[in-house]
Amino acid sequence: MRFQLTEDQRALRAGTRELLARRFGPEALRAAVEEPRLDRGLWRELGAAGFFALRLPEADGGVGLGLPEAVLVFEEAGRALLPGPLVATHLAAGQVQGADTGETVVAAVDGSLVEWLAEADTVRGDATGAEPLHSVDPLTPLHAVRPSPAAPEAPAAALLAAPEDPAAAPLTAPEDPVAALLTAAEQLGTAGRVGELAVRHARAREQFGQPIGAFQAVKHLCADMLARTEIARVAVYAAAVTGDPLDIAGARLLADEAAVRGARDCLQVHGGMGFTWECDVHLHLKRAWVRAQRGVPATVRARELADALLADSVVQGSGLR
Amino acid sequence: MDLSYTPEEEEFRARLRAWLAKALPDLPPKPPATDWPARRAYDLGWQGRLHDAGYADVHWDASPTVRLIFLEETERAGAPYVGANFVGLLHAGPTIAAEGTAAQRARWLPPILRGEEVWCQGFSEPGAGSDLAALRTRARRDGDDYVVSGAKIWTSHAEVADWCELLVRTDPEAPRHRGISWLAMPMDALGVTVRPLRTLAGSTEFAEVFLDEVRVPVANRVGAEHDGWRVTMVTLSFERGTAFVGEVVACLRVLGELAREARANGRWDDPALRRRLGLLHAEFRALWRLTQWNVSEAQAGGGVPGVGGSVFKLRYSHARQELYDTAADVLGAASLDLGRGWTADRLSSLSYTIAAGTSQIQRNIVAERILGLPKGR
Ligand SMILES: Cc1cc2nc3c(=O)[nH]c(=O)nc-3n(C[C@H](O)[C@H](O)[C@H](O)COP(=O)(O)OP(=O)(O)OC[C@H]3O[C@@H](n4cnc5c(N)ncnc54)[C@H](O)[C@@H]3O)c2cc1C
Repeated sequence: MRFQLTEDQRALRAGTRELLARRFGPEALRAAVEEPRLDRGLWRELGAAGFFALRLPEADGGVGLGLPEAVLVFEEAGRALLPGPLVATHLAAGQVQGADTGETVVAAVDGSLVEWLAEADTVRGDATGAEPLHSVDPLTPLHAVRPSPAAPEAPAAALLAAPEDPAAAPLTAPEDPVAALLTAAEQLGTAGRVGELAVRHARAREQFGQPIGAFQAVKHLCADMLARTEIARVAVYAAAVTGDPLDIAGARLLADEAAVRGARDCLQVHGGMGFTWECDVHLHLKRAWVRAQRGVPATVRARELADALLADSVVQGSGLR
Repeated sequence: MDLSYTPEEEEFRARLRAWLAKALPDLPPKPPATDWPARRAYDLGWQGRLHDAGYADVHWDASPTVRLIFLEETERAGAPYVGANFVGLLHAGPTIAAEGTAAQRARWLPPILRGEEVWCQGFSEPGAGSDLAALRTRARRDGDDYVVSGAKIWTSHAEVADWCELLVRTDPEAPRHRGISWLAMPMDALGVTVRPLRTLAGSTEFAEVFLDEVRVPVANRVGAEHDGWRVTMVTLSFERGTAFVGEVVACLRVLGELAREARANGRWDDPALRRRLGLLHAEFRALWRLTQWNVSEAQAGGGVPGVGGSVFKLRYSHARQELYDTAADVLGAASLDLGRGWTADRLSSLSYTIAAGTSQIQRNIVAERILGLPKGR
C-alpha cells in the first residue's frame, strides 16, 4: 500500500498549478468576474494540456491517465476558480467531437440547472425552454430548466422511499458518479485555497497589538478548516482509486462541507474585508454553493450511505479495504 | 496513489487470520471490568500468546503497513485489545527502544514483549495537565539514586502496573523544558502510594500516585539528565500514530449494528436519524483512509508519525462521541440503561476529547505547527 502521490502525480499537480497561475491569474480572474465570457483561447490551451482528454486511452488520442490524476487536475481548477463547464466537457471527451481538444465547449443539464448554456457549443440533456437565472456566482452563468417527468427527479424520489430489501436496493444515485467525484475534487481545491487565504490573513492582520492568528478563537477556526480539508482530501483521493460509488458519495459530502464551511470561516477571519466585492473570498463561497447543487441532494447521498450500513460486510468488519 | 497491498503483506494478513482463527476459540472468558487483577492476567496472557506465535514486536519492528494490517485483523477477528499492555507496548517500550542503553533495552523490553510486566504513564500532575512542562515532581540526586517526591494524577493502570514511566524535575533552576528527566520507577518501591480514582463510568481506570521520598536508581534514567522533555516528545509522537486503527474498524462495525438496531425498533424511518448515520459512515470511511494515508507517509518517511496525527485525533475523538450520541438516539429510552453496551461506551467516549491532549490542544498544535500561526501571548 502506498497511499501517497507518486512523483508523476506531483509533477502533474505542479504543472497544472503553474499553467493556471500563468493563464488564469488574479487579473484574468477579475476580468472574468466583470465579463463572464468563456475564454476560448484558454479552453483550447487546457485541451492541449490534456485537461479534457486526460482519461481517454492513448490509442484514441487521449493522455491515458485515470481518475486519480483527473481528481488532482480538477482540484487545481477548483483552487484557481477556473470558470466554465469543466466537468461536462471532460465527461464529453471521446463522445462529443472536439470536446477532448477544447475546440468544443460542452454544457450539461444537471437536474433543473445548466451551467454555461449560452456559451456552450453543445448541450447534453434536454434544455428546451431553459430560462436564464440571475446567477449568485458572477463566474457561473446559470439557466433553469423544467425537469421533464423522466428526468433525474424520478429516480431520486424512488431512492427516498424505504427499500423493501435494503441489501438488494440500488446504491448508485441517479447521477454520473464520476461527475460527482470531479465536483468533489473541485470543492477540495476550494477548501484548501480558502484555508490558505485565511491563514495568510491571520498572520498579517494585527489587532490588539498582535496578529489575529495568535488569538485562539481565530487559530481554532483555521485548525478546523485544515482538518475538514484533510479528511475530505483522503476521501476524494481514495474514491478516485477505488471508483466505488459509496466512497464517492462520502467524499462528495465531506468535500462540499469542507468547501462551503471553509469559505464561510475564511470570510469570518477576514472581517469587514471579507464582505467586500474586491476580496476573493465571496467568489470561492459562491462557487462552492453552485457546485454543492450539482447532482443529487446531500440528503440523498447521506441516505445511500446509511442504507449501505445494512450490508452484512459492515457488521462483519470487512466493508473496507 | 495505491490502496493495494504487496504479496508479502497479503501473506502476512492470511497467516495472521489463520492463526487468529485457531487461537481465539480457546481464549479464557473476558473478566469483568471491575476485576483488575483478572484483567491484568487476561491482557498479559494474550500478549504472551502473541509473543509465542511471533507477533509480539509487531508494534515496534514491523513496517507501519504491517502494523496496520495487524491491528485491523486482530480487531476484525474480535481479539482482545492491548489493554494493560498499552503503555508498555505503545509508549514506554518504544521510548526505551529508541533512547535506552543496551542494558536498559535488555532489562525492560523482553518482559513487555512476553507479556510479563505492565507499565503505566506518570506524566500528568494536579498542576500539570495540558501544560505538561509545568510538572513539579522533584527528583534530587543522592549518590546512585534519585530521591523522588511529588504527586501524579490520572495514571491509567497504576493499580496493576509493575513499572511507571515517570517524568520528574531534576533541575528546578533551569528553564521549564530543560530540567526534566525520564525515569523508570518500580511501582513496588517504598514510598509509592496508589489511590484509585473513580471515573464517571463508575470504574477505576486511573489513579492518583503519591511519591514520598521514593529512591529510584540513576541507572533507571532513560536519556541524558535534564533531557527528559525531548525523550517524552518521542513517546508522545508514538501516542499520536497508529494507536486508533483497531478502534476505527470497530466503530464502522458499531455503525452497522446501529443501523440494524434502528431498523428493528422502527427508528430507521426517521430521516434525520438516517442522515446522521450516513454522515457518520462517510466520516469513519474517511478516517480509515486518513489512517492509510498517514501509515503510507510514515512508511515513506521512515517510521515516526508526525503532527498529522493531530488532525486524525481531532476528527476521530469528535466522531466517536457523535457515534455514541447517535447510538443513544437509536436506543431512545434504553440509552439510559447501563446494561446496554452502547451506554457504557457512550460514557467512555467522553474522555476522548480530553485524554492524550485535549481537542483544544490538538487545534493549537495544528494551527501552530502545521499552519505556522503565531503562539498566543
Ligand atoms: C481517561 C484518561 C486517561 C488518562 N491517562 C493518563 C495516564 O495514564 N497518564 C498520564 O500522565 N495522564 C493521563 N491522563 C491525563 C490527560 O493527559 C490529561 O487529562 C490531559 O492532558 C488534560 O489535562 P487536565 O486534565 O489537567 O486538563 P486541563 O489542562 O486543566 O484542561 C482543562 C480545559 O482547559 C483547556 N485548556 C488548557 N490549556 C489550554 C490552552 N493552552 N488553550 C486552550 N484551552 C486550554 C483544555 O482543553 C480543557 O478543556 C488521562 C486522562 C484521561 C481522561
